[in-house]
Amino acid sequence: MCACLQRDTGLPGSAETRRPETRGNWKKYSWASYMTNSPTLIVMIGLPARGKTYMSKKLTRYLNWIGVPTKVFNLGVYRREAVKAYKSYDFFRHDNEDAMRIRKQCALVALHDVKTYLTDEGGRIAVFDATNTTRERRDLILNFVKENAFKVFFVESVCDDPDVIAANILEVKVSSPDYPEAHRERVMDDFLKRIECYQVTYQPLDPDDYDKDLSFIKVMNVGRRFLVNRVQDYIQSKIVYYLMNIRVHSHCIYLCRHGESDHNTQGRIGGDSELSARGKQFAEALRVFIAQHGLSDLKVWSSQLRRSIQTAETLGAPYEQWKILNEIDAGVCEEMTYEMIQKSFPEEFALRDQDKYHYRYPGGESYQDLVQRLEPVIMELERQGNVLVVCHQAVMRCLLAYFLDKNADDLPYLKCPLHTVLKLTPVAYGCKVETFYLNVEAVNTHRDRPLGKVRRSQAALLLRRNSYTPLSSHDQVKRPRLYSAGNRPWLPLVPSPSALHFPDTPEGALLSQESLHGGTVSDTSEDTADCFHF
Amino acid sequence: MTSATARFALDSPGTDTPLRSSPAGSHTAMQAKSSDKKTESRANEKQCSWASHMTNSSTMIVMIGLPARGKTYMSKKLTRYLNWIGVPTKVFNLGEYRREAVQSYKSYDFFRHDNEEAMRIRKHCALVALQDVKMYLNDEGGQIAVFDATNTTRERRDLILSFALDNAYKVFFVESICDDPDVIAENIKDVKVSSPDYPERDRESVMEDFLKRIECYKVTYQPLDPDKHDRDRSFIQVINVGQRFLVNRVQDYIQSKIVYYLMNIHVHKHSIYLCRHGESEHNVEGLIGGDSGLSVHGKEFARALRDFVKDRRMVDLKVWTSQLKRSIQTAEALGVAYEQWKILNEIDAGVCEEMSYDKIKKDYPDEYASRDQDKYHYRYPGGESYQDLVQRLEPVIMELERQGNVLVICHQAVMRCLLAYFLDKSADDLPYLKCPLHVVLKLTPVAYGCKVDMFDLKVAAVNTHRNRPLSNPRQHVAPALLRRNSFTPLSSQDQVKRPRLFSVGSPPRIPLPPSLASTRVPETQEQEELTGDQEELNCFSPGDSDDGVMK
Repeated sequence: MCACLQRDTGLPGSAETRRPETRGNWKKYSWASYMTNSPTLIVMIGLPARGKTYMSKKLTRYLNWIGVPTKVFNLGVYRREAVKAYKSYDFFRHDNEDAMRIRKQCALVALHDVKTYLTDEGGRIAVFDATNTTRERRDLILNFVKENAFKVFFVESVCDDPDVIAANILEVKVSSPDYPEAHRERVMDDFLKRIECYQVTYQPLDPDDYDKDLSFIKVMNVGRRFLVNRVQDYIQSKIVYYLMNIRVHSHCIYLCRHGESDHNTQGRIGGDSELSARGKQFAEALRVFIAQHGLSDLKVWSSQLRRSIQTAETLGAPYEQWKILNEIDAGVCEEMTYEMIQKSFPEEFALRDQDKYHYRYPGGESYQDLVQRLEPVIMELERQGNVLVVCHQAVMRCLLAYFLDKNADDLPYLKCPLHTVLKLTPVAYGCKVETFYLNVEAVNTHRDRPLGKVRRSQAALLLRRNSYTPLSSHDQVKRPRLYSAGNRPWLPLVPSPSALHFPDTPEGALLSQESLHGGTVSDTSEDTADCFHF
Repeated sequence: MTSATARFALDSPGTDTPLRSSPAGSHTAMQAKSSDKKTESRANEKQCSWASHMTNSSTMIVMIGLPARGKTYMSKKLTRYLNWIGVPTKVFNLGEYRREAVQSYKSYDFFRHDNEEAMRIRKHCALVALQDVKMYLNDEGGQIAVFDATNTTRERRDLILSFALDNAYKVFFVESICDDPDVIAENIKDVKVSSPDYPERDRESVMEDFLKRIECYKVTYQPLDPDKHDRDRSFIQVINVGQRFLVNRVQDYIQSKIVYYLMNIHVHKHSIYLCRHGESEHNVEGLIGGDSGLSVHGKEFARALRDFVKDRRMVDLKVWTSQLKRSIQTAEALGVAYEQWKILNEIDAGVCEEMSYDKIKKDYPDEYASRDQDKYHYRYPGGESYQDLVQRLEPVIMELERQGNVLVICHQAVMRCLLAYFLDKSADDLPYLKCPLHVVLKLTPVAYGCKVDMFDLKVAAVNTHRNRPLSNPRQHVAPALLRRNSFTPLSSQDQVKRPRLFSVGSPPRIPLPPSLASTRVPETQEQEELTGDQEELNCFSPGDSDDGVMK
């Protein structure tokens, strides 16, 4: 919601960076990133199947979206790299010395990668996703953090509701790489035994004595209760607020744009025009769509612009207007066509093509500004049940980028055509997308990414990434983990096209590509080649 | 964080304020009761803030804790915040009811749990207070009532819970637990020594009596039990002044807001300096908005501000600006690191940007008139209202609460909104607060209020203030529904002056035309203290009448 930009950097310990020539880059910092003044390690704690990975991934997605480069380091991934084939829970017995040695080695390698990420690769927050159930292990982490002058914040998930645990095992663990072809019951059995192994040595955080000086949040029974201790700074308070607002409940979010407007038909951007004849037709179709889907308790949100309000009015249901859902403010370019902008402001036009995410219209907004403005909407969408958001192209792109974990590069080019409803359903670690084209013709308002221009690689390295390709480091799975200790981080100079794809399929958003006229739903599992197209 | 909705207006007949309808046109509102789904309420949409909308049923916030645990501090601060974001909220302090009932306080003996007569009086006070809570939430348009009392026994809390159940209110408990003797002693000194219970005593006997009073409560204190007895309740336990928090079963948006706020307020000594940019070219020409540079005088002010900052040797001072030229240029002259916040930008005057008031009056006479009628809710066509601005500024307030010393170089309307938060000004007064150019305000939180020091840096500047129109009598009905500050929440009069113990059957006192008195701060010991240059200062004197502030 706030845009805070630094020029002369106010960060302690970086006096030499106070150069006025950094002005050209000041837009690169998000307000949230600025507020984080030293790298932070978030350390998960909890028995297996307590939702640690769920929280890690979701938190990381959120932090990247608000502009704080964040990456998850999942110890399980390192362990699987070291020990190719998982046999049984025996590996996790605390008296299996051989295994314990390997597991500790994995942790050390992971921490080393954390260090590289936070000191050399521009990361601000690393999420260390492991059980970390013993004080010995946490002390090791605390030492590591002290040596490197990182801040540390613990997130412990405590859950004693057997139903919740079983549900979690079924949902995410059965499909785990550890259990490639085992059948469901055996998996459950083995997994419960694995939990037992950890229970023997589990030392929960002790807020009254041993751990009273640490900064942490204990999440109890999936968010029913929280214990928050010694929050140190802005970003920790943001993290706490976010964790307190995400709920594990099944709900759907429907995103669409207003119906086609008069300005759309004229090719003009911005403004506050009304619906075209086809736009009104879409509004009717949307009303039928809602009725046909029998969406109970559906909340409808619109912006405060005419085209969005008119669309919502047609639905005949109560709805709410949010000013912060208004379309990106194009400043001096409001109500112009792209041709007019190119003619009147050729430099601006070129600048925008170079870095569309950070480009701010003179007197208007950038996509980055928009993300900040939309943050409260995301927080509310996390809290609410079923919601239909009738918004605008740039706004919808930002919202979609949050749910699909799209990076700053791709965000402004996400395709959000008119007269198309996207249904987002959170599943496991990702989000399922279904597309419903309501069969009402409309103009195309999408401008493709300019192909002719090579983008500035320098700037690209500084771009906010999504959590799969945070900053410049490549994804976890493909990197030779255990042998990486002495290696230099792998920095792709020019962002390769592959960085725009989802690298690890099981975690990617599940996309169903069909345009579902009329509304039959089919889930295709995943689509790795091209992350988002219609 | 804006949502324009009309639940509030829906439930409140008789509020047909002729506000200009939103530039966006019309809308239906969220439903409260299905019978209320009327579209004619459209014109009223702007009356409700987004925060108000999100609160879908009345909530009682019930404080719990031994005396001197900061309950009143939290109650007042939270109430100020909630009113500022637009949720009508009022504190019901049981101590005041008790003092009303028992005129003179003798000693801690009154608080002994075996003093039956006293216990009877105290319970009766609680019942009367709850009756007032009910009236406030049901009849007076309040959305949140903060019940500020010790509430240390389960018996008392059960009484409150069944009261809430009867009336279909939500309940959220805020328990303050503190076992650090230094913190407690500090609190007793800060606020209890000046308590009306101890009018002319010396400090030591007060401390002693108060500690005994605490002991009386300790005998029967039953803290919330998150594991068993109270595990289904919604509450936050604030442990040792914000070192630790236990949060249980947050039910809705407003409770999550409350939790977030309580987790971000710190009891630390800091000062906030507010000023506007130096005089700009547009100021000189009498044009509003725009993005012009500093005038010669403006540059002079920027240099004077640099000396001011230097002379006062402010350690660790953070400087924040907006993203407009005049604010940035002012900060640049300071020669220190600073941060630009887009959300500190001046109110967006939409189609009226870069016009003079005369020109607006000429080109848009209707707009001009409707702004005078209700300046707080008036939204410039294509621009913003003060209400929008408050919503935009909410993260700034949250950050100011977290930070140490900060100098905010902002703009007239922005400064008014920030000031209104710290000084608990109502929506009526907020847009008329006087924030002249080239003047720095220093705000220092003290006890329950905020001390204001004013520094005129003695650089000439034009006057950009437009007084509240006097000839134009303001709306009669609308103000009753306007967001108020926490001293005059909605239409109810202040607590102390109302005959509490005899109020049970009497109808609420609703002042029809907002009287001048309602803009005053009634309880002197709770208002902001004022120091410094007296003649400048009376501008923030809370006793100041209709014109809000200033000479």
